[in-house]
Amino acid sequence: MRQVLLIDFGSTYTKLTAVNLDAPGVLAHAQTRTTADSDLSIGLNEGLALLEAQAGPFRFEARLACSSAAGGLNMVASGLVPNLTAKAAKLAAFGAGAKVIRTYAYQLTREDAEEIAGIRPDILLLTGGTDGGNSEVIIHNARRVSGIPSNFPVIVAGNRSAREKCADILMKSTHPVFCADNVMPEMNRLVIEPVQRVIRQVFLERIISAKGLSETQALLDGILMPTPSAVLEGLKLLAGGSNKHAGIGDLVAVDLGGATTDVYSIADGFPTGANTVLRGLIEPRVKRTVEGDIGMRFGARGVLEAAGSEAFTRLTGLPEEAVTRVIAGYSARPEALPANEEEEKVDFALAVLAIRTALGRHAGTLEKVYTPVGPMYQQTGKDLSGARRLVVTGGALIYAGNLKDIVREALMRADPLVLTPRDAIISCDRGYILSAMGLLSGYDQDAALELLLGAFGKEEENAAC
Amino acid sequence: MDRKTIILGVIGADVHAVGNQILNYAFMDAGFRVVNLGVMVSQEEFIEAAIESAADAIVVSSLYGHGELDCQGFRDKCDEAGLKGILLYVGGNIVVGKQPFAQVEERFRQMGFDRVFGPGTSPEEGIHALKEDLGVT
Ligand code: B12
Repeated sequence: MRQVLLIDFGSTYTKLTAVNLDAPGVLAHAQTRTTADSDLSIGLNEGLALLEAQAGPFRFEARLACSSAAGGLNMVASGLVPNLTAKAAKLAAFGAGAKVIRTYAYQLTREDAEEIAGIRPDILLLTGGTDGGNSEVIIHNARRVSGIPSNFPVIVAGNRSAREKCADILMKSTHPVFCADNVMPEMNRLVIEPVQRVIRQVFLERIISAKGLSETQALLDGILMPTPSAVLEGLKLLAGGSNKHAGIGDLVAVDLGGATTDVYSIADGFPTGANTVLRGLIEPRVKRTVEGDIGMRFGARGVLEAAGSEAFTRLTGLPEEAVTRVIAGYSARPEALPANEEEEKVDFALAVLAIRTALGRHAGTLEKVYTPVGPMYQQTGKDLSGARRLVVTGGALIYAGNLKDIVREALMRADPLVLTPRDAIISCDRGYILSAMGLLSGYDQDAALELLLGAFGKEEENAAC
Repeated sequence: MDRKTIILGVIGADVHAVGNQILNYAFMDAGFRVVNLGVMVSQEEFIEAAIESAADAIVVSSLYGHGELDCQGFRDKCDEAGLKGILLYVGGNIVVGKQPFAQVEERFRQMGFDRVFGPGTSPEEGIHALKEDLGVT
């Protein structure tokens, strides 16, 4: 029997999944603590013992891992215009599985440089200008960054006319320099795959060892990618299928965490209405965003701020004072589980409003314009209102009770001008299939797809929810 | 390298697309690097595109009669965004009905447009003006 081990070193938990490739199926799944502060292999060995106890002994022909341990992949993005190259840079970094700590537009100031020095990103992405367009700002910014006394790698992916100059400037600094194609070679056209490949390469070659995660390599065939990239790979395969098998088509996924919430969409999202024109940046078919202020525990206060206390009192039936008190408690104790009815109600509302807020920020919007021939709509971003499938995943799901009720409520009272899914089939992943299959997809795509379709392929909501 | 870049688009809620396409091809043919934003373009979009593309001129069309409202404050916004002195053209059916062109031209010049073209202006006239103003031989 051909066996492969898939590992996700999460920030808190390490998840192990043993799969059989001959008759594709999951043999065993185990979860242990992540031991990034000492040596990852301690937690890994504990997990292996748990796996063995379930269905061992195993003889793995490959051990593939993804990681968001030791803080994940932290990036800073810089571009020219906020809505254009700065946004393109941010989308590219998110899509490569990074946390984007901060995005800068226009010229970097001395204060910006000091702030970046304080952030100490794993990678800084420098963009700006269409090809043949503005080169002044990116060159100025390359100079600024070259003066930051640190050795984080810099990826230059802006106006190609300025590339050499930027590389020359940075080469003389303490920063390793990498170049990639422009993220926006012409107005509104995004080209993010090339820079994402470079981010991946830098992650593999430098970040893993810089974080002290490489000692584990003896036990592994490598940490191949950041965990969010693995999830994205899994979703891409599930949506698009392979040469042999069709996928399930366009989909949206939400990963609800304690501190942050990630949203993924695999869909073109072009306008569907006859009177609707698309404005601005054409967003990538494979898109990921991260809401750094939206989550079930650390991020609870952010949900309250974004959704407003009225939404909470309406959903919970509790007075505002109770809502605020429970949320303050949750923000302070990230591991807390709801202990009474009041807390359960707030948890429900938190999950609903976190999902609604995060989906709303990820999805495109419509603006009504009154013209002499009647109303027209301008669409910015992606129209996901027709998405047929919504996959919900994430560690925070364990808190939140009946998932289907939560998601349905989240989709229901959506703003009509915000193009979130309206009526999707809800599926859920209790936290490992997507990332595991994303890892496996680069090794045995057919087996990965078969397992994904087994978990999510049915035209009904899956049992795990 | 010394190809001049121009931003082209139809401003406001205006959907007249035919002239825009013709201008796009005519300007490209004349050797310009054209960034065409199409129809229903806001002032902000013109300006953002001009910044990223390091444009030499912004060529605004307005066909549906509301040009005067749509163009209000355009030059000020360009100045604010650091596009000081960028060449600004406007043309098409820029006001409602048939008004004396000299007056219309004067009003748009007051708003900061470098050149104003009346109804029925050919693309060639625009190209000629651009070449003159941008020093293209
Ligand atoms: C087709 C058309 C439509 C179509 C547009 C379809 C489309 N998606 O393109 C539809 C039915 C949608 C439409 C709607 C309207 N239209 Co209409 N439409 C026309 C029509 C018949 C032809 C336009 C056209 O394509 N011309 C051919 C192209 C090649 O010429 P052009 O657009 O003028 O562009 C050339 C020049 O102007 C010049 N140019 C343009 N910009 C610039 C800039 C510079 C710098 C330079 C140098 C040159 C330049 O070069 C271009 C290329 O040669 C004209 C009448 C006419 N015969 O022009 C009315 C006309 C433009 N429409 C008009 C009006 C009022 C409207 C409506 C407001 C109401 C209505 N009655 O339907 C709506 C507005 C909708 C909106 N939100 O924009 C009026 C405008 C009146 C005014 N400005 O005072 C016109 C002039 C008809 C009229 N005589 O009343 N319209």
